[in-house]
Amino acid sequence: MASMAVGCPSRFAFAWRPVLLRAVLLIAVAAALWVLWETFKWVGETTGFRLGVFEVNDRTLPHLHDIIGQLFEPSRRNGPLLIEVLWDAALFTAKEAAVGFAIGASVGFTLGVVLHHSRFLQRGLMPYIVASQTVPILAIAPMVVIWTGSRGLPSWFSVAIIAAFLTFFPVTINTLRGLDSADPRALELMRSYAANRWSILWRLKVPASLPYLFTAFKIAATASVVGAIIGELPSSIQDGLGGAILNFNQYYLSSPPSLWATNLIAALLGITFFLIVAGVEHLVVRRAPEHVA
Amino acid sequence: MSGLAVEQPPGPGIGSRTTRQARQWLPAAAVLVLGLGLWEGLVAAFAVQRFLLPPPSDILQTFWNERGTLWGAGWYTFKEAVGGFAIGCSAGVLFALVVARWTLLRVAVMPYAIAASAIPIIAFAPITNQWFGLLNPLSKMMIAAVLCFFPVFVNTLRGLTSVRTSSIELMRSYAAGELAIFRRVRFPNALPYIFSALKVASVLAMIGAVVAEYFGGSQEALGVQIRNSAALFAFETAWAAILVASVLGVAFYLAIALIEHATLDWHPSARAAD
Amino acid sequence: MTEAAAVSLRQVGRTFAAGNVVALEAIDLEIQPREFISLIGPSGCGKSTLLRIIGDLIQPSSGEVVVNGKTAHRARLDRDYGIVFQDAVLYDWRTVARNIALPLELAGWDRARREQRVGEMLQLVELTGFEKRHPWELSGGMQQRVSIARALSFSPALLLMDEPFGALDEMTRERLNAELLGIWAETGSTVVFVTHSIAEAVFLSTRVAVMSARPGRITQIVPIDLPQPRTQATREDPSFFELVTRVRAALHGGSGRDTDLSLAEAE
Repeated sequence: MASMAVGCPSRFAFAWRPVLLRAVLLIAVAAALWVLWETFKWVGETTGFRLGVFEVNDRTLPHLHDIIGQLFEPSRRNGPLLIEVLWDAALFTAKEAAVGFAIGASVGFTLGVVLHHSRFLQRGLMPYIVASQTVPILAIAPMVVIWTGSRGLPSWFSVAIIAAFLTFFPVTINTLRGLDSADPRALELMRSYAANRWSILWRLKVPASLPYLFTAFKIAATASVVGAIIGELPSSIQDGLGGAILNFNQYYLSSPPSLWATNLIAALLGITFFLIVAGVEHLVVRRAPEHVA
Repeated sequence: MSGLAVEQPPGPGIGSRTTRQARQWLPAAAVLVLGLGLWEGLVAAFAVQRFLLPPPSDILQTFWNERGTLWGAGWYTFKEAVGGFAIGCSAGVLFALVVARWTLLRVAVMPYAIAASAIPIIAFAPITNQWFGLLNPLSKMMIAAVLCFFPVFVNTLRGLTSVRTSSIELMRSYAAGELAIFRRVRFPNALPYIFSALKVASVLAMIGAVVAEYFGGSQEALGVQIRNSAALFAFETAWAAILVASVLGVAFYLAIALIEHATLDWHPSARAAD
Repeated sequence: MTEAAAVSLRQVGRTFAAGNVVALEAIDLEIQPREFISLIGPSGCGKSTLLRIIGDLIQPSSGEVVVNGKTAHRARLDRDYGIVFQDAVLYDWRTVARNIALPLELAGWDRARREQRVGEMLQLVELTGFEKRHPWELSGGMQQRVSIARALSFSPALLLMDEPFGALDEMTRERLNAELLGIWAETGSTVVFVTHSIAEAVFLSTRVAVMSARPGRITQIVPIDLPQPRTQATREDPSFFELVTRVRAALHGGSGRDTDLSLAEAE
């Protein structure tokens, strides 16, 4: 009954132009999502669908074309276009996120290396490092702002610190895991060369851990953007995307698509950071191509 | 036979097991005591910081004084987190089951799933507030649910599809159908991955709920109380509330870890998931 | 020609698990400079352990090890030996050239000298032109040749090899055997070679040390007096078969039961 013999190519495995196939799929899914949205909206509005308080109308679910169109409307009367405002806000938030990422990744990596070398410190600190991620950093944000203010640092730096807080954890965990992942035979080889700890670390363990590191960096890239947006909320910083979200939330009823458009830009920022890291990974990490079952 | 050095370590017994466990946890306990002591001491030394970073004794005192409201708020938010966790994780597993079945679907959906996981979900909290109402816990629950969805979806998918080809071929040689293969091979293989994601999700759910409340919510909610306390510069209360949030987050995580421990011990498969 | 090392093992023993497992017992062996000696035996006879003891990667529980006139520890710190494992253990993130250069970097050689030596080594193992490739682009046999090139790059007096061709197919294996003999003749180092294959041991070595399992000890040493240089023709010589039979008999006799020449080594 095995009609699927191993090695028999499926209908969809066109050998020619796999890139073209991917592009087609991307567009197809995007189109499908668009259709899904508009269909849901149409069905919801005509049938009066309700889920508790939730009903479908232009306030709760604007048309996708309205959202995108809003970008090219003035953000306020006689003001600059929304997309210009959001672009500036995105750059501002990006700066905070990038600095936060840099700090968090460095701290995380260093911490990982230290913990890798000291079993005692690892056992002592790990529970607290893990528990630290259960602390809603948002709550500490106001205090961080005041602290940076008292030190004469610009307020956006406090946001960077918050972003760093969300960033360091995945990097620490994966640094530890990556450093441990070195082939024991390779370690024996290094010992046969009488290599010292420093050499072993930088010539074997760190290069071996790069795939793990970049997995963490991709998570961290996203986390740094989230951290930056969250960090702006309690700091009453107007210039970033967090401020924009609060602003358009306040005036939601007068222009629902504006908030959605802001979220769209925030989403694009997150994705951009991710893609940058993925791009760097592609350049830096040279490994045997992975085999997926 | 001569010259054979024989090592004589202490034999295994009940005593050595407890000492081994104690050795495992001693450093953490030591760090806790040291850390708290340092915190108390440093705050006393730099009086300025007291305003922002109260000493642990003050925080615990405040917590005790306001334990009624704080626990109530914690419980309120915890329910949102658990609700969101349940919705998000089930959806994640279900979608992964569907997508794993058809390779084309998986190839098509993956880039979008990756892109979606890079979106700051929390930015949608104001929108869910608009959908379900500011005071409705459902709006926060949905944020927690979406936060839980992605790690569970991605990890379950990876677990279902990372099976060795030879395992699948073996099942096919027994003329096993797709359903049998799924039950006996793919799903058990995926369990460690699923649990790994559930642990991540448990923490995300709690944090997501608290942060989502920041955009506005019922006065009974923990996030709202933290925001209000901070706005009034009542930092001791804010820290006490943070303590509650953290404790609940850790408790949730440990609960999942316990379930994982109980479940996965039945499986001989390796627990080497991310 | 490099300075070849002598290895002297006196009453070397090694136990694991608090004395419950005796991996090696009372090993006495004198290895002369420029010898090619194979260690052969069933799984669990401790041959890999013995190799690692010579390389100071494992400590003996008892006995004395002298390598190149020094303690094994000193010999390792002085980088007197190169080691080749069954797995090539190449770094994926380095090119072939940089993989071979690794021990030279650690020894502090400057770039020009390193590049020259790498070129020489590639020529030795007949992989010139593969400098910029990455390990995953090479076949198993080629990876192993890179591994050998790396082990020889700093001209060690001693070469330790732990079933280096065990993961390769028969034809590649025989070809690499011949290449290894050529390299040995050219470099003149001492070689201690662990293997499961009787034919390989007889073909390559000047002596074959037959070991028994648990406790691991050397039961017999069979001198191989086949003429050098050895070629494919040697494998068809009657004296070759006779020696193979003799080694096989020693293997069977040593353990007193059917030997299990399975692939996995207990350690």
